[in-house]
Amino acid sequence: MRAAIESHVLTAAIDKPAAPAFNCAPCTHLPRKSTVPFMASETLVEVRGLSRFYGDVQAINNISFDICQGDVLGFLGPNGAGKTTTMQVISGNLAPSEGSVTIAGHDLLEEPRTAKAAIGYLPEQPPVYRELTVDEYLDYCAALNRIPRTQRKAARETAKEKCGLHDVGRRLIGNLSKGYRQRVGLAQAIIHLPPVVILDEPTIGLDPIQIREIRHLIRSLGKDHGVILSTHILPEVQATCNRVQIINQGSLVLNDSIDGLSRHMKSTSLFVAFRQPPELALLEQLKGVKAAHHNGENRVQIVHELEADPTEEVIKLAAEKQWGLYEIKPQTVSLEEIFVELTTEEPPPEETEA
Amino acid sequence: MIATIAMRELRGMFLSPLAWAIFVVVQVILAFMFLSNIEQYLILQPQLLAIDNAPGVTELIVGRLFGSAAIVLLLVVPLLTMRLISEERRNRTLSLLFSAPISMTEIVLGKYLGALAFVGLLLALIALMPLSLFAVANLDVGILLSSLLGLGLLLAGFIAVGLFMSTLTQYPAVASVSTFGVLLLFWLLDWSGAGSSENGNVLAYLSSLRHYEPFLRGVFDSADAVYHVLFIATFLLLSIHRLDVDRRRG
Repeated sequence: MRAAIESHVLTAAIDKPAAPAFNCAPCTHLPRKSTVPFMASETLVEVRGLSRFYGDVQAINNISFDICQGDVLGFLGPNGAGKTTTMQVISGNLAPSEGSVTIAGHDLLEEPRTAKAAIGYLPEQPPVYRELTVDEYLDYCAALNRIPRTQRKAARETAKEKCGLHDVGRRLIGNLSKGYRQRVGLAQAIIHLPPVVILDEPTIGLDPIQIREIRHLIRSLGKDHGVILSTHILPEVQATCNRVQIINQGSLVLNDSIDGLSRHMKSTSLFVAFRQPPELALLEQLKGVKAAHHNGENRVQIVHELEADPTEEVIKLAAEKQWGLYEIKPQTVSLEEIFVELTTEEPPPEETEA
Repeated sequence: MIATIAMRELRGMFLSPLAWAIFVVVQVILAFMFLSNIEQYLILQPQLLAIDNAPGVTELIVGRLFGSAAIVLLLVVPLLTMRLISEERRNRTLSLLFSAPISMTEIVLGKYLGALAFVGLLLALIALMPLSLFAVANLDVGILLSSLLGLGLLLAGFIAVGLFMSTLTQYPAVASVSTFGVLLLFWLLDWSGAGSSENGNVLAYLSSLRHYEPFLRGVFDSADAVYHVLFIATFLLLSIHRLDVDRRRG
């Protein structure tokens, strides 16, 4: 029963068919260890001690993280948390006040040209020229990214194919819908097949079908590129990313794989209702149970160890002793709750054990 | 890479009606001035014949044409350069250039050369007018060439100022007005100390008019050329610096 509920929670939370991201090994952080097979992949982005001030206002404060090949990193945070600033710094649009960014082994400040060649960046507002056609624009982007003249056409066609733009090549960007303009922006970011793709709120303003397509595209990008995407839409992270970072008021408050996060999201307590409630001490003797306390009439909350789930024992014992167990459910923690907990100053009244 | 940006800039100008309007307006006004110069010359011609060492047809027609062209273009160049950077900043397309593997210097030079190429075309059209006189008169080629060189250098300086002003703001109109203000000021600096016994003062020496007029008389002084080159370089360096500051300050 417990297992059934749990798997239900997970499939609801992560609406992807085979959840391939689960198999991806997260890249370990600070210091990196190469333990998992997938770790053969290289670190694409290394951010160390990054801070950024706007005058006296500190937008980001001492952020460090890594991105490896195969990572799709979701960057979460409330408005004004510093997501966009971080992305602008990594993409070379803003200079950091402190700290360093290394992209594919090249320091962004010391070797900006080689470092930037390894980045594709889609800002919040796609940087498109309205007076150009899609083809003209992408050719220009290809040239800016130093793709040799002979390969430009092929690069442009590949990018268009990936982003579903093959029908609109000759149309003016200014006449395209917002969703298509977003795709043009995305095509621009991947035209030179950069190892690192940085996407700032890529699905904003799109219709649900386009959102699905873009998410699919992002997941497929994650196979050969490292992707960072920022968003404040939580299901998007669960749908597309294999790692999550939550940033709040300029600091990282969570940096975990989706795997680790779903462990956070697993319950560590059970709510049980009995017709004849037993002595709490009896429940506390069970293996893995840390504490049991009353939670309203006839109801008991059992707090247990993460790895030892006492559900079956509780049911067995209840049947033996005729306690009249009629309800048992694990407490579930959604990503939203984790997010709220990490990004608000005061913890919510009913604090979750995560 | 510089060429890529320059070509994009040049093509972008022809995609907007503004460029064509500027071509037409400049051409019509200067053609009118050119024709009235010829008319006046024809009226004055008998009297000129009586004077020894009278100014020739080149000085009277071509020199005056290029003199007025400088004033007309002082009004027009700000309109051409106003959107170079400011519009990219306003439309948030600047980040495309900033995150591409190109340096600030390449961005600035690309933009500059693109605008310069456009003005070069404009200059070529203007040059066609005096060239047409070759059919009927003997022009002094030296004066014609030095006038063209002078106007070219002067306009190159105008564009550098316009580019710099465009890096300062995200509003093309603000860039345009400030460019015009700066250009006019440099032009008028010549008035400083006017009427005093010496030939003007330091401020007057900085005037762009003062370093343009000799070219129209066919006098090529390398000091004048150096003035224009330094003028251009100063404003290009300021533009590069300004974009860098942009990245640092955000």
